[in-house]
Amino acid sequence: MPEATETPTPMVKAERVRKHFGRVEVLKGVDLEVMPRTVMCVVGPSGSGKSTFLRCINHLEQISGGRLWVDGELVGYRQRGGKLYELKEKEVAQHRRDIGMVFQRFNLFPHMTALGNVVEAPVQVRGANRADARRRGLELLERVGLGERCDMYPSQLSGGQQQRVAIARALAMDPKLMLFDEPTSALDPELVGEVLDVMRGLAEAGMTMIVVTHEMGFAREVGDQLVFMDDGVVVEAGNPRDVINSPQHERTQAFLSKVL
Amino acid sequence: MSATSTDDEAAAEIRAVPVRHPGRWVASALVVLLSAMFVHMLVTNEAFQWGFIRDNAFSAPVLSGAKNTLILTVLAMVIGVALGIVLAVMRLSPNPVLSGGAWIYVWFFRAVPRVVLLILFGNLGVLYAQYDLGVPFDRQIADLFGLSLDGRFLSVDANTILTAFVAALLGLALSEAAYMAEIVRAGISSIDEGQTEAAQALGMSRGRLMRRIVLPQAMRVIVPPTGNETIAMVKDTALVAFVPYYELFFQLQAIGSRTFQLFPMLVAACLWYLAITSVLMVGQHFLERRFSRGTRRSTDRGNRRALLANRTKAPENGSEDA
Repeated sequence: MPEATETPTPMVKAERVRKHFGRVEVLKGVDLEVMPRTVMCVVGPSGSGKSTFLRCINHLEQISGGRLWVDGELVGYRQRGGKLYELKEKEVAQHRRDIGMVFQRFNLFPHMTALGNVVEAPVQVRGANRADARRRGLELLERVGLGERCDMYPSQLSGGQQQRVAIARALAMDPKLMLFDEPTSALDPELVGEVLDVMRGLAEAGMTMIVVTHEMGFAREVGDQLVFMDDGVVVEAGNPRDVINSPQHERTQAFLSKVL
Repeated sequence: MSATSTDDEAAAEIRAVPVRHPGRWVASALVVLLSAMFVHMLVTNEAFQWGFIRDNAFSAPVLSGAKNTLILTVLAMVIGVALGIVLAVMRLSPNPVLSGGAWIYVWFFRAVPRVVLLILFGNLGVLYAQYDLGVPFDRQIADLFGLSLDGRFLSVDANTILTAFVAALLGLALSEAAYMAEIVRAGISSIDEGQTEAAQALGMSRGRLMRRIVLPQAMRVIVPPTGNETIAMVKDTALVAFVPYYELFFQLQAIGSRTFQLFPMLVAACLWYLAITSVLMVGQHFLERRFSRGTRRSTDRGNRRALLANRTKAPENGSEDA
């Protein structure tokens, strides 16, 4: 239960979060906390549940046990009189508006231009004025270095450019939290840097971010917190430098020796 | 002889003797010959009665029949596509009642031949002589409680509402919807789940993401078979003669049997259907182009212009777009 204390409300708080698909347990009790204006990087071997956990935060996956709060509000449920009620689709959608998500495979809308992608949700979901949304969309595309390419379709952009448009698309909703699901894993090595630069800029501007990644350099430089997950649990968490330089847990050591 | 060439040779454009295709020439000659024979037959064979065709293929009843053919095609397709989209979305719904209902609809209307359906609809007047709108089961409820109660507020004679036109249109549209439902379902299923997730993550509702994200992309898969369906529909309107309702073919055939010149009128029918179908194919071409936006590197002129503009603006990145 979240207690009213002197410390500010964590942006994300997970308590013994469990998730199973049929008989397969993917998350076996995840506890963690992300404070506002901080960056948490999540690393771990594939199949460790880190992407699933990320998808639970905006209810793309429904958790099977435990509790998960975003900005003090339960994700996917409402608690009344000691009972949990599932939220309606509309209410879930309302919560998602404030959480930006960037996917490994970009998932840009291929039938819309870069600017169309960015403008879509503010106009359709927030009911923003189209002209205002376009102006703001152009600003965001400038910010990720793609102002010149606003009229191009995703298929005409490189992977790195597509991912930067995807970041701008998420930012257009003015999220209070950004989730990144292995944002550079599908990119050619020489395009990784441009995406990480944009993310670094966001972190510096004070965005609360959770980044599932394999980029240890990014985690060390930008992350305020590093979480190592394996087999559905948080094995080790702490200051990125400490975790990377002197991992306490055997599994963390084994993983880091492979990726560093 | 050496395996290397001089620099000049290597730098110059290659000028090689192209491969010859004697088979193509033989085949072309054969095709030209057969075409010439066919055209010769068309022109010289008296049975075609070209003058008779010219005089009758555009007579008033034929034109009104053609009008009916077109009206039926357009309306049946519009209703069929709209209902098909609804059925497809129902079919993919997590609600078992909706998806089961859609399944049963498709099952029934695909199983019954269109001719049978049209004759059936033509005879629907048999069921009731009068159609009422009101509270369902009002008389049964009244009987049950021993009341005298009438919950009907609108009554129409069967012959007024179920005209031959309505019967023909319903028969065609309802059966078309079953086929369109499957086409639309295939189109929706072809869209990557990442698209839905991205839209959901932005806070879009299910209906909106269907309308704005999934269906526009699914259209690329949906349009070509829908073109097929439309062309098939033009031809299937000939079946409404069984309702009975008159359209293009019915009128041409009527002239043919009245004047004992059936064959020329059949030829006229072929030409009419060819003409209508050709016009529809042009429309399909433009629709396909409209919905393939963004799928190819440069799909239309607007795109290409943007591409060129960007190349000149950012030459250092130009190679990425090639």
